[in-house]
Amino acid sequence: MKKLSARRRHPLAAVVVLLLALAATGGLYTAFAPADKAQAETSAQSLAIDEGKKLYAVGCASCHGTGGQGTTDGPSLVGVGAAAVDFQVGTGRMPAQQPGAQVPDKKNIYSQAEIDQLAAFVASLGAGPAVPTEEQYDPKGADIAAGGELFRTNCAQCHNFTGKGGALTEGKYAPPLDDVDPKYIYEAMLHGPQNMPVFPDTTLTEKNKKDIIAYLDTVNSDDSESPGGMELGGLGPVSEGLFGWIFGLGGLIAVAVWVAARTAKAKKS
Amino acid sequence: MSSQENPDENLPAARATDGHAHGDVGVPDEKHPFADPGLPPHQHRIQDIDERAAKRSERTVALLFTVSMLATIGFIASFVTIPADRIVYIFPLGHISGLNFALGMTLGLALFCIGAGAVHWARTLMSDEEIADERHAIEAPPEVKAKVMADFKQGAKESALGRRKLLRNTMFGALTLFPLSGIVLLRDLGPLPEDKLRHTLWSKGKLLVNMNTDEPLRPSDVTVGSLTFAKPEGLEEHDHDFQTEIAKAALMIVRLQPENIKDKRELEWSHDGIVAYSKICTHVGCPISLYEQQTHHVLCPCHQSTFDLSDGARVIFGPAGHPLPQLRIGVNDEGYLEALGDFDEPVGPAFWERG
Repeated sequence: MKKLSARRRHPLAAVVVLLLALAATGGLYTAFAPADKAQAETSAQSLAIDEGKKLYAVGCASCHGTGGQGTTDGPSLVGVGAAAVDFQVGTGRMPAQQPGAQVPDKKNIYSQAEIDQLAAFVASLGAGPAVPTEEQYDPKGADIAAGGELFRTNCAQCHNFTGKGGALTEGKYAPPLDDVDPKYIYEAMLHGPQNMPVFPDTTLTEKNKKDIIAYLDTVNSDDSESPGGMELGGLGPVSEGLFGWIFGLGGLIAVAVWVAARTAKAKKS
Repeated sequence: MSSQENPDENLPAARATDGHAHGDVGVPDEKHPFADPGLPPHQHRIQDIDERAAKRSERTVALLFTVSMLATIGFIASFVTIPADRIVYIFPLGHISGLNFALGMTLGLALFCIGAGAVHWARTLMSDEEIADERHAIEAPPEVKAKVMADFKQGAKESALGRRKLLRNTMFGALTLFPLSGIVLLRDLGPLPEDKLRHTLWSKGKLLVNMNTDEPLRPSDVTVGSLTFAKPEGLEEHDHDFQTEIAKAALMIVRLQPENIKDKRELEWSHDGIVAYSKICTHVGCPISLYEQQTHHVLCPCHQSTFDLSDGARVIFGPAGHPLPQLRIGVNDEGYLEALGDFDEPVGPAFWERG
């Protein structure tokens, strides 16, 4: 201490102190703040977030706000999670074509990689459901009968018994579930797109969701068996009865009229 | 029309000679100022005058009958050879049962060809001459009437109904008592429901059990925007009265942001934004759960009654007469959601004595 104290009036003392102070500040800075940056540069996740932010600024920010905080034209995206982005963009619903009662699905213009980047960015705004892994939604080996029961309890009121969809209020509707990718069905249950309620894992477990997907896969896909053929919309006895009355009975009446009509004559009069 | 082109054929004199029964033709008189024109003259079909055409028709009919025979054989063959669980793809119909399709097609073809053959036969080969057949008088001739009356009197006398009083009285007794059995059965329309319509299985302290997982619900399970259906603790799906009880006790649980709840009582009866409403529409009792999580509206699929769950389930559209009953809920010591009593009012459609 004495040595140091003795040299405190040395002409270079101020310089040394300044250097030491700078070194300490710089050292502290490298120890803390840039530590994140150094990590970020090596982490693919952060790269994805950066890329996603750029895509977001172009495609989404005009309605959802530059920071995902939401505007009068679009809801806040804080906490919706990656699953919501994967669903909305993957099915082409977002970016929306125009405001309206309900945003319809359309052709998706983003690649899956871009969607993943967007999802990473939105997920970084606040915690929310993540994109499910294939293992979670793969219907193989699930209990189809239990899935049917769960579907009729939780989903059929809007989406019809076999997922043919149906009308809601003021132009809104429950879309048909024909050939919707199992991943999107799973994500829709997880985050509740638009006016669909959420069915979180706490009330509808992962296994329940899998069973529902397996049920839909059985009754609703292009390849699903329909032993009777001619489902007439799968709406049940109402549509079948209406068809029978109008076309069946109508056809029979027409034939009966024709049978009793005058026969063709040899001489045209 | 031929009758206009050949008015001569239409005259009674001309028709009398052509050998067809055309019925009486009226002549205008004071009572009937317009003459009955009668039937137009008969015209022959090509098959009536050309034997080759008739042969062609015969062959067509025979062909239809033969196709029917082949189709029946095809029906039997497909019944024997096609396994019941084979699924085949047929273009507009999709993936359907091969057996159903083959049986339906062959049976339909067999029947259709019989019918089509018979119709073609009747229309081209059987006689198609128009015949007028006059109705006979509806009233029976007096001698027949007299005979029937005499027979009736004779029968009444021989039955001895007037003479054998015991027989007559016991018969009247039997006939009078018999309808009682029908009246007694009406008892099964009762008993009166008494207060069954006013109470459900919910009572103080009953846990809200998730219909999907059969586990009691915790507040943390129910996220904002979610929709969950619950039944009262102790009611199991295999119980004999499950359907009767769940029809009244079915519960729809949603979670709103507490600041979005406009109705004061709804907020009081909720727990941290979790509200529990009856799932039975107050119009005619349809299960109602078409919940829109952003508008908080619930739509009934039967008659489009719409309720606003953020405002005491007020009716905002449709024929329903009153809001959905709300169940008062809270959390018990173990952290599970529980009912704090039964519904305050009867669930489901209104009834005469509901008040």
